[in-house]
Amino acid sequence: MAILIHKNTKVIVQGVTGKSGWFHTKLSIDYKTQIVGGVTPGKGGTFMEEGTYKVPVFNTVKDAVEKTGATASVIFVPPPFAADAILEAADASIELIVTITEGIPVNDMIAVKQELAKRGDKTLLIGPNCPGVVTIDECRIGIQPGNIGKRGVVGILSRSGTLTYEAVDQISRIGLGATTCVGIGGDPIHGADFITILKRFNADPETKGVIMIGEIGGGEEEAAAEWIKANMKKPVVSFIAGATAPPGRRMGHAGAIISGGKGTAQAKMSALRSAGVTVVENPSHLARAMKERLG
Amino acid sequence: MKIHEYQAKSLLKDFGIPVSKGIAIQNINDVERAYADLASPVVAVKAQIHAGGRGKGGGVKIAKSLSDAKKYASDILGMNLVTHQTGPKGQRVRTLYLEAGCAIAKELYFAVLLDREISQLRVVASAEGGMDIEEVSEKHPEKIITLTIDPLLGFRSYIGRELGYKLGLPESVHPELITLGKNLVRAYLETDASLVEINPLVLTKDNHLIALDAKMTFDDNALYRQKRVVEFRDLHEEDPLEIEAAKFGLNYIALDGTVGCMVNGAGLAMATMDVIKLAGAEPANFLDVGGGATKEAVTEAFKIILKDTKVKAILVNIFGGIMKCDIIASGIIEAAKTVDLKLPVVCRLQGTNAPEGLKLLSQSGLKIETAETIEEAATKVVRAAAGK
Repeated sequence: MAILIHKNTKVIVQGVTGKSGWFHTKLSIDYKTQIVGGVTPGKGGTFMEEGTYKVPVFNTVKDAVEKTGATASVIFVPPPFAADAILEAADASIELIVTITEGIPVNDMIAVKQELAKRGDKTLLIGPNCPGVVTIDECRIGIQPGNIGKRGVVGILSRSGTLTYEAVDQISRIGLGATTCVGIGGDPIHGADFITILKRFNADPETKGVIMIGEIGGGEEEAAAEWIKANMKKPVVSFIAGATAPPGRRMGHAGAIISGGKGTAQAKMSALRSAGVTVVENPSHLARAMKERLG
Repeated sequence: MKIHEYQAKSLLKDFGIPVSKGIAIQNINDVERAYADLASPVVAVKAQIHAGGRGKGGGVKIAKSLSDAKKYASDILGMNLVTHQTGPKGQRVRTLYLEAGCAIAKELYFAVLLDREISQLRVVASAEGGMDIEEVSEKHPEKIITLTIDPLLGFRSYIGRELGYKLGLPESVHPELITLGKNLVRAYLETDASLVEINPLVLTKDNHLIALDAKMTFDDNALYRQKRVVEFRDLHEEDPLEIEAAKFGLNYIALDGTVGCMVNGAGLAMATMDVIKLAGAEPANFLDVGGGATKEAVTEAFKIILKDTKVKAILVNIFGGIMKCDIIASGIIEAAKTVDLKLPVVCRLQGTNAPEGLKLLSQSGLKIETAETIEEAATKVVRAAAGK
């Protein structure tokens, strides 16, 4: 089962002709992902070709959806145009929009969030500023390394890219393996939050436990803790990055900032612990803690 | 990005926010002319640095004569102003703002900021202005008024009226408050600000509102479309190493410890700092070399870390995904040779081809210790930093 994406998910790439877009498109094709097309305005009707790779390019997302039946899109469009790309995908009835782009202005994302809220459950946005989603051995959308994960029973979700890879790597080495790995992104305004993804993992029979990696800034971990306490049927192991981060400084991610005493790692850890989550202080211990929880 | 009070006021003035007449000077010889131009019996002499708490630190004085103004200006200009936000090192005052005084009846607080939980704007106001608002919200949360603003609708008149009553302002002032709120929200949105804070917002004795202080910070992601804001950038207020790092696309933040770190990815970089602390030392910096950790980025990162003389040992923590660990290891070795690295380095590589990468490092003939887990790496680097 796993969540969000599967081997039959049809994916288009917005910004397929860009350097990073094409690089990761090829890796996703290697991963056997069904990349059915790309969108770059002005290049419709052409193909992106290299060796055995061949991807048709469309001018608009609507065209691409009509011709290919895609239900998911990944966005590699530069920041000034990325909000528009998300709205275009939503307007073309794409169900899952994964936005990799880092550096989208906050005000642009506020407008996007308001528009997506009107669409209810029809559109799910992952990101921006995220590494994407991988269902191990089935489908890779985004920039996560595909070669480190083994299929297994643990769902992984995180606000950070490399910490996601750490978790996948550890959980695979320890023999448990992962179902789906979701990077929800490091921006203050983003699409799917922890709770949205936890709900899906909770309902997925294949997922037996969840590793959730948070960081300083905002109150999403605290909200997730409340939801977990009331609803989660599976063990959750967590790490919160940034216990030593100075207040008022943006730690790399736009959303990773302690402001006005809110959003500290300590507050998030204690909220999660009181919800029955195993919180490790050292990210090296994530997989071990999950193994203990799963018995 | 942050800007100075006098810059924020010049921006806000163009959005119709009432501010007092003021003149910014960098030279003590300009005090007399500025004082004459202001033609006000009372003049505030204010240090311009990118930190709050200036008044408590002695950076704001009220002059009632030219000789007062000259004295205060010479005291403040060039001083090392220490506030709770500058840290113990303080910040040198390079600019003064001389501002005409006003007759204050009441000091209020007014701010516009992002509410990231609901993806809307928030207006925060209080009748307890002029004080540290975080202190007010801690001790008297009931004195903080919070209202949600839909950015598509802007600051509506009814919101201003509601606020006017809650702040206990006379009804005759409500129209001014409504206009002020509308203009501040417009300024916030049109300049891609992340905070507009007026503290205090003053009600004068003749019942007008004036922004007596102004603080604005901006969304770094939107600076590409905010030319005027970018012109206000004052590099003197920023850490020189952070400026240098940014030129090479490195995300670097200077801290006070002895263990330099170089990590790929912001989350892993924060986690590495945390583990160093758990192992018994303090990180000297946050540094994200980017997901790929290319040879060029690693070389520049070493150079930046080595410029911090507090650093006693360096921890390199890289997760190799698409960029394989053996490639990263060769990059680290070349970079270490380029910068003639003498400090002890502990290197932890994990991910694709990690064993090959670690082997390359240990055979390099360089003083590089290797480790497999973050924990092991932190223990080793803390020991090295202590000279053991």
